[in-house]
Amino acid sequence: MNKTVNQKAWLFVIPVFVLVAFNAIIPLMTVVNYAFQETFGNNVFMWEGTRWFKQILLSDRFHAALGRQILFTLIILFIQIPLGIFIALTMPKEGIGVSVCLVLMSMPLLIPWNVVGAMWNIFALPDIGFLGHSLNALGFDYNFTQQSGDAWFTTVLMDVWHWTSLVVLLSYAGLRSIQPAYYQAAEIDGASRWSVFRHIELPKMKKVLTIAILLRFMDSFMIYTEPFVLTGGGPGNATAFLSIDLVKMALGQFDLGPAAAMSLIYFFIVLTVCWVFYNLMMKNEGQS
Amino acid sequence: MSKISLKNLSHSYLNSQVNKEDWALRNVNIDWNDGGAYALLGPSGCGKTTLLNIISGLLNPTEGQILFNDQDVTNKNPVERNIAQIFQFPVIYDTMTVFDNLAFPLKNRGISEQEIKNKVEEIAEMLELTSTLHNRASGLTADGKQKISLGRGLVRSDVNVIMFDEPLTVIDPHLKWILRSKLKELHQKINRTMIYVTHDQTEALTFADQVVVMHEAEIVQIGTPVELFEKPRHTFVGHFIGSPGMNILPCKIDNGAISINGNKIETKIDIKDKSFSKTEVGIRPEFIEFNESGLPVKIIKVSNTGRHKIIDTESESGKIKVIAKSSTNIPTGSAFLNFKKDYTYVYGDNWIIE
Repeated sequence: MNKTVNQKAWLFVIPVFVLVAFNAIIPLMTVVNYAFQETFGNNVFMWEGTRWFKQILLSDRFHAALGRQILFTLIILFIQIPLGIFIALTMPKEGIGVSVCLVLMSMPLLIPWNVVGAMWNIFALPDIGFLGHSLNALGFDYNFTQQSGDAWFTTVLMDVWHWTSLVVLLSYAGLRSIQPAYYQAAEIDGASRWSVFRHIELPKMKKVLTIAILLRFMDSFMIYTEPFVLTGGGPGNATAFLSIDLVKMALGQFDLGPAAAMSLIYFFIVLTVCWVFYNLMMKNEGQS
Repeated sequence: MSKISLKNLSHSYLNSQVNKEDWALRNVNIDWNDGGAYALLGPSGCGKTTLLNIISGLLNPTEGQILFNDQDVTNKNPVERNIAQIFQFPVIYDTMTVFDNLAFPLKNRGISEQEIKNKVEEIAEMLELTSTLHNRASGLTADGKQKISLGRGLVRSDVNVIMFDEPLTVIDPHLKWILRSKLKELHQKINRTMIYVTHDQTEALTFADQVVVMHEAEIVQIGTPVELFEKPRHTFVGHFIGSPGMNILPCKIDNGAISINGNKIETKIDIKDKSFSKTEVGIRPEFIEFNESGLPVKIIKVSNTGRHKIIDTESESGKIKVIAKSSTNIPTGSAFLNFKKDYTYVYGDNWIIE
């Protein structure tokens, strides 16, 4: 078969190239540019090599922020994934209840991030907020603006409220796609409820759960708006997660070089974790 | 092992039943004898799977009783009934090996390791799964997976009945044949009651000693393949079994004399004093001959299949198909048909008149 050579076809690629250039390549390259140089404004740049990278990687501040970030992500994953699966399992399978549950579940997902932050800020205020006031009335010494433990508790609770639904919806979709014959066969085989979950439901949900964990990992690892509005990273630096710390560095202190280097390291971590996780989960998929 | 009886069984998936159509199963009475090989035959949507799920206990019937050895088990679950069921699509536990899949029903019943090992190896041998016994089940082909499903059904030696719900649907045609012979062989070996659901008459007729034909939520006939062929008790059985199916022609009954469009038809049946809203004559194409006189028809088409000829004819009461030996000389244009008296039946409102 002869293929016609027509170089004009490249013209069709231009729109997408321009689009990608403006929304990804150019911004990213700007960051790369900053990461290797020093500037004092006026568009004057000095070459710094890998200095900013070394500085960030060795800084206690970055280590602390990264530590907080990892802890936060692990906590919310360990709460949201099991809780999401559990809720999905208890949701009705037919009738009007399905729609009601789905709508209720989607609600938190539809609220803009900063509104979630603002809602929870007011909700948790120790003097007038429903949550804060109630906790204090019950005898707990709760003040998320001053005690770091309370700030963490509130941030985690807010994220669980905001995002567990996503895990629920994905798990529910996974569960609904299981053929009734699997349950019938298990019933005939005399399987216990736990066996049904362990050997039918969980394996069949594997793909959607992989997606759910990936999405929740990425979103929580890059979380910014909600804790920014809720706690502003405080008290002190208690809830200053990576992106909050990054913005402080870039816009608060105007340390563009170190901030750019930090962005790239941050980006690299997210990319690596996702890649490794996805490959591990999908390792055996090729056979089936 | 036991005899299974269904008494006045009816089932509906709706909450209230007004019309006949609201029932998925209507007044089913049947005894399945211990050790029999049964086929449940009927078109899609006639209630076969519903009946099967009621026997296995996956479904509770709206009305009626299920007895195992005269013990009422209507409200018992599948585990208590101790039955095995194999589904249309292979059901395997992806995360387990083939061995663990086969052992699963035994493990759940607390059987000892050694006994499980022996039993599983025996079944694997029978189904030719020994070489893949320690592979992950999810890596197998569709027929390999279905063999596992079959194996899980066969691994318990004390089940009351093994039920197959169109188990060969997803299998390649040439493997179908092999697996089907395997099932037949297994039945002879383990001598357990088997019920095989299918909409394929060849499958049903080759597997079963007794075929149960279902049509629109009812059992229309139970019999050996020969009985179904030679004496269909319902026009549906006549249509459904045989290729081509039975010719069904409207007829008139006048004082016991049967006629199609004024031509007298001889039968062995005495039908005086009976009245129906619809009467028909049924005759299989195999039992029609050409003759000098008889029912006048026009020959429309002759097709030679090699073994025999199938002749499409047209009478004034409708189309009639005739099967004749390949060597037969077929008249052209118009001809006369004779029906063999012993195989000519009369149906009143679709049911045979005797």
